[in-house]
Amino acid sequence: MSTLAVCGLTVAYGRTEAVRGVDFSIADGQIVCLIGANGAGKTTVLRTLSGQLRPRAGRIVLDGADIAGLAAHRIVARGMVQVPEGRQVFAALTVADNLELGAWLCRDSAERARRREAALARFPRLRERLRQPAGSLSGGEQQMLAIGRALMAAPRLLLLDEPSMGLAPLVVEEIFAILASLRRDGITILLIEQNASAALEIADTAYVIETGRIALSGPATEVARNPAVVAAYLGG
Amino acid sequence: MLAQQLLNGLLLGATYALFALGFTLMFGVLRVVNLTYGFYFTAGAFIALWLTQFGLSLWLALPAAAIASGGIAVAVDWLLLTRLRRAKADELTSLMVTLGAVLALYAAMTAWLGPDIRRLPPGVIAGGALEAFGLRVSTAQLLILLACVLLAGGLLWLMRATRLGLAIRAMAERPDTAALMGIATGQLAALVSFISGALAGAGGVLIGLNFNAIHPYMGESMMLRGFVVIVVGGLGDIFGALAAGLLLGVVEVLTAGYLASGLKEAVAFALLVAVLWTRPSGLFGVAQGRKA
Repeated sequence: MSTLAVCGLTVAYGRTEAVRGVDFSIADGQIVCLIGANGAGKTTVLRTLSGQLRPRAGRIVLDGADIAGLAAHRIVARGMVQVPEGRQVFAALTVADNLELGAWLCRDSAERARRREAALARFPRLRERLRQPAGSLSGGEQQMLAIGRALMAAPRLLLLDEPSMGLAPLVVEEIFAILASLRRDGITILLIEQNASAALEIADTAYVIETGRIALSGPATEVARNPAVVAAYLGG
Repeated sequence: MLAQQLLNGLLLGATYALFALGFTLMFGVLRVVNLTYGFYFTAGAFIALWLTQFGLSLWLALPAAAIASGGIAVAVDWLLLTRLRRAKADELTSLMVTLGAVLALYAAMTAWLGPDIRRLPPGVIAGGALEAFGLRVSTAQLLILLACVLLAGGLLWLMRATRLGLAIRAMAERPDTAALMGIATGQLAALVSFISGALAGAGGVLIGLNFNAIHPYMGESMMLRGFVVIVVGGLGDIFGALAAGLLLGVVEVLTAGYLASGLKEAVAFALLVAVLWTRPSGLFGVAQGRKA
């Protein structure tokens, strides 16, 4: 049963079509990765899913309802939450306030406290820094905060845009281990990555996007063995 | 004598601070230099004037005028700036659009009402002056003080102690990311416009009361002071606007009292230049923080 089905998605900036007729789907409980070069249209797809861009054509069906063109804050309410590119923590606010904002739509303070405990259990380093401004954290800690903040919304489907960007290899490993643990806890994940080898290792299904179109798709293990993918993305 | 002057200066400064609070909120959160802000000040003063002429007590006319000014601010912001925000236009664009709009509004208002100075109905504020420790405080001044403390305190409470204030601060830093938290940023921006306009309107009523003079262009000279206060206080900084507003009021009253009343604006703007000369880092620090 697919949680999210995207069909014929086309997104344009003015006259330039950045994404042209993209189809893909994400089954419940999977990690799906979308890999591709810089400028291939990965981030455009993600920003359209989360409502920051309006599609020119196509459908985005989440749990049976077409959400294409809905405002970003309404899409969050439906359980699909984005961890944006470059982390985008609220640098001037404390770590605790950043987490609190993630649960903006939750009116129940006891439930918010419970979610916060769960997020801090997953990211113990954030607990030590609760009163610090988010801008004072290291890049890896900021990525953890960005994921923790998204988890505060209790998402069923998490969209991650380049979580490995600018991080040291050890930290990337740590972040990807967390993504695997999120899947074990029942959260479906769409992962956008330039770090194709790390993404293909953890994903169930992979899509390769080239100049705004899906060039290749299949089980991640097969995509990882495809000679064209090896040559273009895995440094083979 | 000096104590009385300081007191008068602080009361005047409290009104400047109130006016600047709304301006700095609008600038810091909505990221537009909205020059129509001065018009809400004029509008508030006129609405209170009309309401008191109908016999309403000033204690009721003040909140009513503030709420109406807030409503005008939401409407003007929506008409003028929604499109610019969507197109992510730069600050100079909003500056020019709102400059044109505010000049049109002042001119239309003058054509409609005439340029004359109007006065609140005599006895609009009942009661005599209080005297204590050799200081004299009129009932009007008490109302000004009470309104400034309540409104500034209320704004600080909203911004620092509530979830709504947290969402406003988040939106000020990253509007797009705030929407990803599920915050309805369009509605929140309208609320911020309303609060700003209401603060400006309340400021207009209080200044009208303080000097007992209400005319269409009163918002214009106030805008210049508003700029001094928010630039000296640090753009978008609430505590800075409070401190700088009080300082400006004291400086103006002391200049008028000990030098010459014609010099008070010269001194006020010299203060602006001097502060920016000696402490530009304060200003730029805030500007960089907003863009980081």
